[in-house]
Amino acid sequence: MASEAPARFAPLQVGQVVDAYRIEERLHQGGMANLWRVTRADGTATEPLIMKVPRIKGGEDPASIVGFEVEQMIMPALGGLHVPKFIAKGDFTGQPYIVMEHIAGGSLRPRLDDAPIPLDEVVQIGAKVATALHDLHRQHVIHLDVKPSNVLFRPTGEAVLIDFGLSRHDRLPDLLEEEFELPMGTGPYMSPEQVQFVRNDPRSDLFALGVMLYHFSTGVRPFGAPTTVRGLRKRLYEQPVPPRTLRPETPPWLQELILRCLEVQPAKRPASAAQLAFELQHPEQVVLTERAERQARKTGRFELFKRWFGAVGAEPVVAGGATTQTARAPILLAALDVAGAEPGLLEAVRETVERLLRTEPSARLACLTVMKTHLIGTDELVEPDGSSKHLNLLVQLKHWAHPIVKALEAQGRGDAGRVTFHVLEAPDPANAIVEYAAKNQVDHVVMGARSSGGLRRYLGSVSAQVAAEADCTVTVVRT
Amino acid sequence: MKYALITDLHANREAVEAVLEHAKSRGAERYAFLGDFVGYGADPGWVIDCVRDHVSRGAVAVLGNHDAAVVQGPLPTMIPEARQVVEWTRAQLDAAQLDFLATLPLAVSDADRLFVHANAWAPADWGYITGRMEAVRSLQATNARYTFCGHMHEPKLYHLTATGKTGDFTPMAGTPIPLSAVRRWLVIPGSTGQPRDGNPAACYALFEPETATLTFQRVPYDVTGASAKIRAAGLPPRLADRLHHGE
Repeated sequence: MASEAPARFAPLQVGQVVDAYRIEERLHQGGMANLWRVTRADGTATEPLIMKVPRIKGGEDPASIVGFEVEQMIMPALGGLHVPKFIAKGDFTGQPYIVMEHIAGGSLRPRLDDAPIPLDEVVQIGAKVATALHDLHRQHVIHLDVKPSNVLFRPTGEAVLIDFGLSRHDRLPDLLEEEFELPMGTGPYMSPEQVQFVRNDPRSDLFALGVMLYHFSTGVRPFGAPTTVRGLRKRLYEQPVPPRTLRPETPPWLQELILRCLEVQPAKRPASAAQLAFELQHPEQVVLTERAERQARKTGRFELFKRWFGAVGAEPVVAGGATTQTARAPILLAALDVAGAEPGLLEAVRETVERLLRTEPSARLACLTVMKTHLIGTDELVEPDGSSKHLNLLVQLKHWAHPIVKALEAQGRGDAGRVTFHVLEAPDPANAIVEYAAKNQVDHVVMGARSSGGLRRYLGSVSAQVAAEADCTVTVVRT
Repeated sequence: MKYALITDLHANREAVEAVLEHAKSRGAERYAFLGDFVGYGADPGWVIDCVRDHVSRGAVAVLGNHDAAVVQGPLPTMIPEARQVVEWTRAQLDAAQLDFLATLPLAVSDADRLFVHANAWAPADWGYITGRMEAVRSLQATNARYTFCGHMHEPKLYHLTATGKTGDFTPMAGTPIPLSAVRRWLVIPGSTGQPRDGNPAACYALFEPETATLTFQRVPYDVTGASAKIRAAGLPPRLADRLHHGE
């Protein structure tokens, strides 16, 4: 066999140079890896860097070796604000390491000791982590070990996910597939399907996020910290105590979202991380179900037996991986000038939206209109007849969407917040739409183009600006 | 030095031309042809000349079972369709082309790489690698870190760890795959001249030894032209049809 078992390496020393990097100081000693602050040995570039070095015990430790292999394979394929920037790697034929950007802010782990923490902070953490997860899922990767110690924050506030040793990339071989005979993950956070060895559902990450949010809200873990497979399997049939029982001031909508993340069946969780981020940022739009008001009660033996029986031998549904599931659950944004546009144009936009919704069964639709305000001075917020402008726009928006809502209901898709309504107040409608789309990870904006040339010349084209500046697909409808 | 790994060309000039052009545009500087240059397609002479030309400039080429059959002449065990193709192909080739095939090695080793048509455990017996069992058998029969082989027409990647854990992977074209140094790899780029995974586009792969990065590729080519030539040559029409469906 040519694959030499990884040799033991002499411990690194401060001042030592490994390839192009000088070891400066040890930042962290972990069970699986050490983290060192490093600089470029040639003195170029001064950005803060860290080197992650696996701890290999006795040369025969498949867990740390394979995890590190996976991370070395996946990290270079990732980009964007929500992961540390990959710089370099050294493989096991020499000194194995990964050099990456050093994220200055600490991890969420210490904050866990303060739990329960203020609820608005819980919501903020949830929205930021969900946003980061969506960015990861869009890059074909499921994290599979989401927990507070693997979430960092940039000084600018964005959540950054670290440690991809258990992750799964849709388009790269799964090196962990055969490796372990026990479920992989961290006990308290592992999703039911991970307990059953399924590693290709991005909604596993939403379960783990649900566990985090539950813990931050209530101060306790929803499923404890089991250390045996038998203990892990309990989450396949036992329901967690509802957060409001432990902390009554938890709003029903937040309990709804947390319990939705903790559903046993991935299909009952939010369809995507973006959809969860969206709801966390729009509490008023969360459709409440029985989950919202659920209270702890002693589960009857018969019911527990029923749920246990249902879990015995239940095969998890195999999802299509990060790419398929994320693409299946897009967020559409219909941006409408309900007050000013031609009725024919509004109708044409509606037809386009209907067509898109038909092809994407898990899609959600956000209907938005911008109430133009002035940059300087006070705006009249009431109509001459005394009614609220804001409310009038909302009424018109709902009226516009009524046929869509009816059609979805007829198909049995009129569920949980499938269609939401938003009136923004902003001086520049195009900017407001672009910002809204970015903040809510909208996948596709549909809007109408002003028809008359004269008006467009005078007012400028909102749709042209949105099409040019938005990060997502933009469909401009004309009549 | 990026390698283009090209296999099971099967006398399909249109596919080979498209793949070579694609590989060149992606920076390929070295070429490895993993056998089965003839059989099925209508341009055996052109394809052999093309491979021979690359070999004269340093490319690797190994013998495939179809090449061996054409050199030996039809065997009594062959089904009539195969016998017809072998006889037709032999008739198209001149002595130098037949001689080129006859002198091809079964396997070539270069540093930590092994190039072979069918497998590493018994290259001359043409056993297929249809799953993990055979892949492990092949990986255990060589010291090479990377085995590149053809014979199977569907692209596939197998790996084996020092502790004997194995895995297989159906690749996605165009995604670079870093091949970790702690395991050994068996790479089947898939057929250039007769893809069989339901996608008619020609298969090949690029491998960069310096970064240990492998990228499977799919290249569309003039299927209609290649298939019309098969019909015009009087070869079995089924061979023309299957190119359209990639099966």
